[in-house]
Amino acid sequence: MSKPFLSIERLTQRFPDGQGGTLTVFENASFGIEKGEFVCILGHSGCGKSTIMNILAGLAEPTSGVVKMDGLEVAGPSLDRGVVFQNYSLLPWLSTLKNVIFGVKARYPDWPRDKVEAHARDYLAKVGLEGDVVHRKPSQLSGGMRQRVSIARAFANHPKLLLLDEPFGALDALTRGTIQDELLKIWGGTEQTVFMITHDIDEAILLADRILLMTNGPYARVAESVEISIPRPRNRTEIVEHPNYYTIRNHLVQFLGQRSKEMAGERIEGEDLRPETVRIDQAAAPATEDNPDKPPLRAVNE
Amino acid sequence: MLDNLSINQRAAILSLVMLVVGLLIWEAAIPAQKAAEDLTEYERLMGLGQERAGVPPPSDVLVKAWEQLSDPFYDAGPNDKGIGIQIGYSIYRVLSGYLMAALVAIPLGFLIGMSRVAYKAFNPFIQVLRPISPLAWMPLALFIIQDSEASAIFVIFICSIWPMLINTAFGVAGVRQDWVNVARTHELGSLKTAFTVILPAAAPTIITGMRISIGIAWLVIVAAEMLVGGTGIGYYVWNEWNNLDLTSVIFSILMIGVVGMLLDSAFAVLQRAVAYAE
Ligand SMILES: Nc1ncnc2c1ncn2[C@@H]1O[C@H](COP(=O)(O)OP(=O)(O)O)[C@@H](O)[C@H]1O
Ligand SMILES: [Mg+2]
Repeated sequence: MSKPFLSIERLTQRFPDGQGGTLTVFENASFGIEKGEFVCILGHSGCGKSTIMNILAGLAEPTSGVVKMDGLEVAGPSLDRGVVFQNYSLLPWLSTLKNVIFGVKARYPDWPRDKVEAHARDYLAKVGLEGDVVHRKPSQLSGGMRQRVSIARAFANHPKLLLLDEPFGALDALTRGTIQDELLKIWGGTEQTVFMITHDIDEAILLADRILLMTNGPYARVAESVEISIPRPRNRTEIVEHPNYYTIRNHLVQFLGQRSKEMAGERIEGEDLRPETVRIDQAAAPATEDNPDKPPLRAVNE
Repeated sequence: MLDNLSINQRAAILSLVMLVVGLLIWEAAIPAQKAAEDLTEYERLMGLGQERAGVPPPSDVLVKAWEQLSDPFYDAGPNDKGIGIQIGYSIYRVLSGYLMAALVAIPLGFLIGMSRVAYKAFNPFIQVLRPISPLAWMPLALFIIQDSEASAIFVIFICSIWPMLINTAFGVAGVRQDWVNVARTHELGSLKTAFTVILPAAAPTIITGMRISIGIAWLVIVAAEMLVGGTGIGYYVWNEWNNLDLTSVIFSILMIGVVGMLLDSAFAVLQRAVAYAE
């Protein structure tokens, strides 16, 4: 088995629990992400998703374990890993355009000013921000527009890996929808590898190639890796018509509603805890008669 | 009719009314000096008939102001200089002491704000030195520096350093981790992070400290110049008091207020320029 583009190997994170003991958020977690893949991670609040993402970004160090990207160990933050945070990732004293320019200048320090600006404007236009809006400060933008700017800034830098931590968590459902579409559009034209945290099941199905499911902590595990067998380009109204949609959705709901709690806190001894690959495909294997309502699950262990 | 005016216009009218009423009351409250022949025997014996210094009416002050402001820069010897020259000396001292304080306080405040160790190490010194009245340093400064001019500047330095130091440290320590993370994920070096992220993020707090400092410096310079003498608006006030020229005293008090206000409003402009909404 060849090494994936991004490989997370035996990652363990412990924190002092504030009462003299230690809290093990996760232990020996291992998984990989392929180049160009869009991976979402789903799990309840507090299970350790942001902790994983901060380690991938290089903003935090794990207690033990390594993250390798392109075969090189991640040590500290890098322009190769762009991050979109849930909030506050724009600098409020800079205009929208200047915020994007800030990123482009850091990435391409040799570019002349006008090239930097044109590039920044180009990416803002890709998320629908053109004209006078680009001169507004973040505080004068709606929450949705602000997140668009963050996305434009991240994509404009062509990072090898894009990390998004609940980027739409603070937005209302309608705005969420439009920005998801915009994210799909801007992602569609690239080979961008994306790792995104969310707690919205429908969002994950719409966007991801693969969804990682995390159990509740402590000793949280990335228990399953569910492949989203729905062809692209996807669209929120058509996607629900696909035969796999509800089976996948039910599987996810069931995991988050029940199994994530059942598996919480159970510590599994093991060197290398990898998620079980789950492929749900109604079209390929229709439900058999003796087992009509159970989706055909296949656990594939490579 | 008043209903049609904006709040600002109404406030301006009210201010003007208060000013005029205040001046009229002041003017009316000053009793006219009795002519010598109207004095009673008793009053003459008590020496009440002599020309004495009384609080001058505002009209006198206005005349004085006109006189002084129409030729603010005349120089007729050490004890007779125009108000412009005196204020110029004071501003020069305030600005030199203040700039030196800023050069020390802002970088040091950055350091203290960035490092918990530095914060803890410097804190006891700051806590002890800060409450000392700046004028208490004066004898020591005069002894060590041996120069009254430089001592006055030193006193300004020492009094303006604290608000700038504390506010800079506070502002820098309070910069959102998310913004620092933006700098980190963009691989900015520490100097670049300091100038492009931390400085603009902390600027409103730093400028607030600078504004407090300049206010204190202007308060202190008057007292310092009364002590060291020679030149400056503080010396001028004291000198006119010794001459029993209360009209000049009142006029220069007003000038101290006006200059203080101008200094403060310059910082208000600066504060607005660096302010941001989250
Ligand atoms: N710096 C820290 N110190 C102590 N505990 C932490 C720290 N960061 C996160 N935790 C704990 O780790 C767990 C996972 O947090 P987090 O990764 O933010 O969860 P999620 O993003 O999945 O909601 C939580 O229980 C949280 O309290
Ligand atoms: Mg989180």
